[in-house]
Amino acid sequence: MSFDFEKPIVELEEQLESAQKIAEKGKVDVSGTIAELRQKIEVAKKEVYGNMTGWQKVQLSRHPDRPYTMDYIENMTEGFMEQHGDRNVKDDKAIVGGFTWLGDRTVMILGQQKGRNTKMRQYRNFGMPNPEGYRKALRLMKLAEKFNIPIITLIDTPGASPGLEAEERGQGEAIAKNLMEMSVLKVPVICVVIGEGASGGALGIGVGDRVLMLENTWYSVISPESCSSILWRSWDFKEKAAESLKLTAENMLANGLIDGIIPEPLGGANTDPATIYTTLKAVLLKHLDVLSKLKPAKLIEQRIAKFSAMGAFEEV
Amino acid sequence: MKLPWFKREKAGITTQTKDKKATPEGLWHKCSRCKKVCDTADHIGNKWVCPNCNYHTKIGSAEYFNILFGETFELLFENIKPTDPLEFFDTKSYKDRLVDTIAKTNLDDALRVAVGEVAEGVPLVVACMDFNFIGGSMGSVMGERIARAIDYGRENKIPVMVISKSGGARMMEAAFSLMQMAKTSAKLALLAQAGVPYISWLTDPTTGGVTASFAMLGDFNIAEPEALIGFAGPRVIRETIGKDLPKGFQSSEFLLEHGFVDSIMQRTEMKEKLTQLLRLLANKRPIEAEIGS
Ligand SMILES: [Zn+2]
Repeated sequence: MSFDFEKPIVELEEQLESAQKIAEKGKVDVSGTIAELRQKIEVAKKEVYGNMTGWQKVQLSRHPDRPYTMDYIENMTEGFMEQHGDRNVKDDKAIVGGFTWLGDRTVMILGQQKGRNTKMRQYRNFGMPNPEGYRKALRLMKLAEKFNIPIITLIDTPGASPGLEAEERGQGEAIAKNLMEMSVLKVPVICVVIGEGASGGALGIGVGDRVLMLENTWYSVISPESCSSILWRSWDFKEKAAESLKLTAENMLANGLIDGIIPEPLGGANTDPATIYTTLKAVLLKHLDVLSKLKPAKLIEQRIAKFSAMGAFEEV
Repeated sequence: MKLPWFKREKAGITTQTKDKKATPEGLWHKCSRCKKVCDTADHIGNKWVCPNCNYHTKIGSAEYFNILFGETFELLFENIKPTDPLEFFDTKSYKDRLVDTIAKTNLDDALRVAVGEVAEGVPLVVACMDFNFIGGSMGSVMGERIARAIDYGRENKIPVMVISKSGGARMMEAAFSLMQMAKTSAKLALLAQAGVPYISWLTDPTTGGVTASFAMLGDFNIAEPEALIGFAGPRVIRETIGKDLPKGFQSSEFLLEHGFVDSIMQRTEMKEKLTQLLRLLANKRPIEAEIGS
């Protein structure tokens, strides 16, 4: 599948395909045309993907072929043993996690999980955790802390689940507790936005020593659609809302709200998942090397100082 | 129950037209829920609670500081002022919205901090929201003032209370607003380590990012009666599940039943009950048996 803004590339690729068909028949020499088209495609890709608007990045972050949390776990780590349940109510399928090897290092990895088809999307509740999901995440993080093992969280959610049961079981309390507890975890915590980072539902597993974003993801207080609906009282201003919210990785880094951006293959992680697995793994190991040298008290002090400095106000 | 409004209402009817003009409109308070009228002075004396139906009228920081401290308290961190970091523009610019709201409300953001004594020798730091300032929304100023209020409480060993009344995050500050949740929660972790009590006083309404951070993290979560308290707003939930919400859903009473607040307290007994609680925690029983035997 492709988005409207990718049309120039798609058209050129279609031309290339027909030229290649002609070449296969071997009657006409189209090698010059093919070379020219290939070059044009490269130029168009750089043009299109190099100048994406906020809304276009939001669209790309939701691409159905983008790797999800389990894809990263399966392709980037080895020996993963999934753990289930919050030991209280049930197992939330919208959050997965467990110990695994990242290179030679044991880590606790967890994150929101989306589904790829209608059935699995429902099974995973569209990546929208309930309170028991946040409580499962906290249970696993405390377990990692107990065994002095670093924590990796992968963020990909359109938001925490809104519903009767979520409210009955204290969605607000579950997220709040995670924010407080994560800020004082004694082991290194690295959080990576791999897709959508919507609001408290994302932040609920997002308090870390390093908070990183893949290049084509977004992170904000609300989705552009909901923002449009609330501030403009219409669903039609999502593009404008996406621009206004300054939700891209670049914006977030410039505003001092994240610690780094992880580059994606041209056209997005969906076009070349193998490369993004390699890239992310290398980045995580590099940061873990640095963080694992710090004493727990120092880690916590720096983590809290970092979040304490976030905000924009005047002091008169 | 005494019904002071009854006499006044009668008096109002028989008052001469010229006298009516001379009396300010606020002399009688009409309850927005039961529509009964009462004397404004009595309404204020009853801590802005309807004497007829117990409706807790929405009040702001000035009223709460008055209830808790009378006239003797000190405002803190007023030097922190809002800005427009994202140059946000929806139907109007955030900058203009701030200027207009400041002029209209005579406040500089949606939360003020004060320190005072709820009783002799019982100090308390109170951070209280003002709903009439952009829906009590949480932006950088609210987050920073709460963070500093918590630090102040920790450094001076004074218990901290946040009075919440908010629609949640301030969208015009986008991710800056979101991160105030992490900031305030981290500060509360430090307050907890220092063993200083934290009380979350929940009023109507408390939703969104406020609920998903400091408002749910109290050593004591105390709600006023019949307040709306939740993470997702009722409209969002209704649209998601495609049916009407059960009666009383996300009310204080609902939260009490599901185990997320410690108690529901009348605003009329706020000062007295908080004093008792703080004295219990400080292991300071009053000499005169104020609390009975
Ligand atoms: Zn009433």
